[in-house]
Amino acid sequence: MQEYTYATDREINHSLLRDVLGMPRWWFAGFGFLFLVWLTGVGAYGWELNQGPGVLGVNRPVYWGFLITNFVFWIGISHAGIMVSAILRLTQAEWRRPVTRAAEVLTLFSLLAALSNIMFHVGRPWRLYWVGPFDFERGLWPNIRSPFVWDPSAVGTYLIGSSLFVFIALIPDLAALRDRSTGLPRKLYAGLSLGFRGTPRQWKLQAVAGILLSALVLPVFVSVHSIVSWDFAVAIGVEGWHSTIFAPYFIIGAIHSGVSAVAMVMALMVWLWKWDRYITNDHFDAIGRLLIIVATTWFFFFALEWIFALYTLENSDIALREWQIFSMPMGMLFLVFLVTAYFIPVPAWLFKSVRRSPTWMFWTTILVNIGMWLERFLIIIPGLQRRQPFEFSWGSYAPSIVEILLVASTFAFVGMGILLFAKVFPLVPLFDVKEGTRLADTIRVGRRVVPASIRE
Amino acid sequence: MMAKRSVIGLFKGVDEAADALDAVRDGGFERDEYEVLTGTPYPEGAFGEEEPHHGLFRYPLIGAACGFIIGLVLTSGTQLAYPLVTGGKPILSVPPMAIIMYEGTMLGAIIFTVIGIIIESRLPRVYMGAYDTRVTEGYIGLTVTTDEGRVGREEEILRDAGAEDIRRGWEQSDFD
Repeated sequence: MQEYTYATDREINHSLLRDVLGMPRWWFAGFGFLFLVWLTGVGAYGWELNQGPGVLGVNRPVYWGFLITNFVFWIGISHAGIMVSAILRLTQAEWRRPVTRAAEVLTLFSLLAALSNIMFHVGRPWRLYWVGPFDFERGLWPNIRSPFVWDPSAVGTYLIGSSLFVFIALIPDLAALRDRSTGLPRKLYAGLSLGFRGTPRQWKLQAVAGILLSALVLPVFVSVHSIVSWDFAVAIGVEGWHSTIFAPYFIIGAIHSGVSAVAMVMALMVWLWKWDRYITNDHFDAIGRLLIIVATTWFFFFALEWIFALYTLENSDIALREWQIFSMPMGMLFLVFLVTAYFIPVPAWLFKSVRRSPTWMFWTTILVNIGMWLERFLIIIPGLQRRQPFEFSWGSYAPSIVEILLVASTFAFVGMGILLFAKVFPLVPLFDVKEGTRLADTIRVGRRVVPASIRE
Repeated sequence: MMAKRSVIGLFKGVDEAADALDAVRDGGFERDEYEVLTGTPYPEGAFGEEEPHHGLFRYPLIGAACGFIIGLVLTSGTQLAYPLVTGGKPILSVPPMAIIMYEGTMLGAIIFTVIGIIIESRLPRVYMGAYDTRVTEGYIGLTVTTDEGRVGREEEILRDAGAEDIRRGWEQSDFD
């Protein structure tokens, strides 16, 4: 049952814009810490640029290590925004109102973090633009048969689409900020709000835009992780990756980790910004229920992937699975992955008291993301470590300190990005929350009074 | 060109604003002369205003067509311009072309939709006209934009309808 927030517009403005117009004390400490972690990553990257990618732990034949694992992980997290925002908008789920923007912002910074991993991974990042059709002079063009050309086209489309989605939904709140700020910030907000005044026409277009852009971004969201999965599935050299189920398996895995990340951010919003009046236990309950379905669907695909691999009784597939389970440290990591991604959180979410607790939801969703990071690691590294036909060198993989620092810096970057966004723009959509208050009501059913919602 | 003035009346309740809109209409003001301003969306027609019509749906279609064509030209044109056979595959291999054409189509549709939203919302708006920051605090604003000579009549109607406050603003510069 969804409980509503009853507050006046002035109260909503005050509480949701307080930390945008003012400066919370904890903000500097949090941002400063993340900035330091990020700086170590910048230092590590400088070292890599100076010394070359030999400072990474990757080698022949394990060409992809922590950085590509981290790329796939962040692409997965980036599916959070569109999953939560677009699907809940399209289905008019009431509980979406305070969480959509945080989810969308998480998408943006996760995508940037994912792209930065590619930059860290390649030997000559200053030539990354070669992936585009730029060379008119020599007539050399990208090889469109390669998934590495599909990837930037999909991720680029998703990044541009998500950024525009966030901007359009932000316009009414930029107008509210314009009305509450002074001096230079007022001029900036006035420019960004494009002169929005809140006419019925503008509100109608906002509503249509929310639905239309959701409907347009959703197919892109499906294509992005499908294409990321084809980076693996289409590769000729690695037998363990030749799986036709990879695209839906990767998508559902991305949704599992992404929605978990949104629940984690919701808990942080309650603790850091004290928005428990807007993000209530009902919201955690709702996302917890959603997560049970998502996690179980993911587990179904995970099981299918294993069954399909073993059912063929092909030596290469069986050898890879043996490596994943029985070799060390892969076997131990596999156990940690299964327990953290599914067997602890999902049974826990079956309890209402867990679903309705921000603390429990925070820690269980952290576990999911530890597990889902390991899942990507366990797909990539053992697949490459196993000796393939016509391969004359093989080796194992251990991450270097440079890779560890770079991975840590991406987490700091996403945290910094969200903190910075929340300092400049409202992280909870004001107009959406206000509309929810307008349309909220209660009805009496027998001897109970229950929340109801008016909807057109 | 004669300068236009706009006047805004601020109302606390939906019913008062709806009654004021009726009074403005009865006062002889045309549909394109008045507007309701709110800080949050209300159900359509809550103030008795006419339903706004828009042509947003044609934008994604045009954008998708443009994106598709660009994707097609990019994938086929670049391969034909440097016809290097790779792995014995045809020069124009449709499955990988379709992926990039699909992304191009969606990107075109999204970009044109956003452009459409801005244009159809009548944005960007350089002159705010009569506006009050209390609109984003829950007040309902009713603006009437008309020739300078009718401003007095306009204010009278809004005052009689129970506006809490009435303010004036320039809609267009004198130099237009």
